[in-house]
Amino acid sequence: MAFINALPGAVAEGLIWGLMGIGVYLSYKLLNFADLTVDGSIVTGACVCAVMLAGGFPVWLSVIAAFFAGSVAGFVTGLLHTAFGVPEILAGILTQLMLYSVNLAILGGKSLVAINPRVNNLLVHMSNNPRTIIVMLIFVAATIIGLWLFFYTEFGLTIKSTGDNPNMSRAQGVNVKLTQVLGLALSNGIVALSGAMLAQYKGSANINDGRGAIVIGLAAIFIGLSVSLKIKPNFVVSMIGVVGGGIVYYIVYNFVILLGLKTDYLKMLSAIIVAVFLAVPYLKKEHFTRQRKLPSNGINTRIGGGENA
Amino acid sequence: MLRITNLHKTFNPGTINANTALDGVDLHLNDGDFASVIGGNGAGKSTLLNAIAGVWKPDCGTIEIDGVDVTQMPEYRRAKYLGRVFQDPMMGTAPDMEIAENLAIAARRGTRRRFVWGVRREERIRYKALLATLELGLEDRLSHKVGLLSGGQRQAVTLLMATLNRPKLLLLDEHTASLDPKTALKVLELTDQIVQQNKLTTLMITHNMKEAIAHGNRLIMMHGGRIIVDVSGDEKKNLTVKQLLDLFTQASNGAISDRMVLG
Repeated sequence: MAFINALPGAVAEGLIWGLMGIGVYLSYKLLNFADLTVDGSIVTGACVCAVMLAGGFPVWLSVIAAFFAGSVAGFVTGLLHTAFGVPEILAGILTQLMLYSVNLAILGGKSLVAINPRVNNLLVHMSNNPRTIIVMLIFVAATIIGLWLFFYTEFGLTIKSTGDNPNMSRAQGVNVKLTQVLGLALSNGIVALSGAMLAQYKGSANINDGRGAIVIGLAAIFIGLSVSLKIKPNFVVSMIGVVGGGIVYYIVYNFVILLGLKTDYLKMLSAIIVAVFLAVPYLKKEHFTRQRKLPSNGINTRIGGGENA
Repeated sequence: MLRITNLHKTFNPGTINANTALDGVDLHLNDGDFASVIGGNGAGKSTLLNAIAGVWKPDCGTIEIDGVDVTQMPEYRRAKYLGRVFQDPMMGTAPDMEIAENLAIAARRGTRRRFVWGVRREERIRYKALLATLELGLEDRLSHKVGLLSGGQRQAVTLLMATLNRPKLLLLDEHTASLDPKTALKVLELTDQIVQQNKLTTLMITHNMKEAIAHGNRLIMMHGGRIIVDVSGDEKKNLTVKQLLDLFTQASNGAISDRMVLG
């Protein structure tokens, strides 16, 4: 019964993290860039939103500002990598560390800024889960449709091709440094947007909220894609899968809390989920495909594997 | 169409691994020239092609394409003059994208990418017709991912992509070397067909002497980062593998590589 009661909250929070998963998908899957900036940029989004709300700005403006603040963070990581040759993982880590100071500055040196749901007219809040779910569904749907259209434009195609084959992209006249920087800006903008929603939902922005955010985003991606790729491997289905993965993650999260797992161990759980999803395909490939059994007619299928062999 | 003057490139200069890959290359291709380039391993063939494509900048010398000095131009910007096909069939196409999307990206080489629909309907019709000319059954697979194609098919698509926007210069870097003999022949036939139809200026590296003799109106042999033989016209047409080997031995003072002989 307690589990049923916790379900709407799990779905609501899962949708917020699913939106974040979409942002991570753009960098990790589409751009093929393991971008660790997100642990910082999600907090930046939360901080900007919370501080602006406290300053009396309307909520929609705060959310848009959060998006752009996140984009700037992604832009910096992209610049470190493309213009200054910093390896991608390190570029993300450096920006993430910079953002810790930036976020503290935004919060005015405090580690937490509260948002008062009675004073501010919030889009989402944990006291109203049905509303949160509806608002988040609209946000997620708008983001997916927007990205879907974007990635079919001339420019969008070149961002996709940059992640898929930078060599081909350059040969076809694509400025892959530019597409990478702009792709990372877009990715982190979406992550910061989810951070802004998270701050509203929880009623506060906390400097430490972002720790391990990338892992939750990756968990949402792996859980989601494990199902959606089997249905149809296209962009929209993958996006829906990622959001679904976020929801599943938070349902499992709530479930294990109800089972009595101390919240201290939840980060361990997140990391193990991601490790397992990364390990399974690898182990399958390494240990279970070397020797195939002969089919009953005795012809070894491995000989003459056809034109795709 | 292409004018290369005194091109030098040394990798890892000043170290024990210093390697002079290009040692003063001068080359002038006329409009419509189809030159095949041969030479042993380390002769500087690929280095020359990469220098033209802008993969890195030469130490000194200039490269002009159709009167434009591109020596300092970044790779993506000079791409508008060039069509490129690589030795590795995986390098020229984006595997996770549709055939039509790959072609559409190539069709916009040299233009500013805008926020408008990336693959228009009338383009699909054009691509379908072009793919049909390859005779590989790809015309009905426009929305298939390129990663599902075989190496030969991918190389044929790359060739199409390289020539979709008529390039001022087509660069073929041993583009049949990693294909099986039958597929290699097919891709070479396609190359001849496309080059002739569009009257393309072409530079083709090959390891196969017979291929080098059979294709193109010019034959260039490289050794030690220099061009040591450059024949064209009837002289080139009447060449035999034997003569070519003699030429090579003569010009390179007897240093002959196994791979050249096998070719």
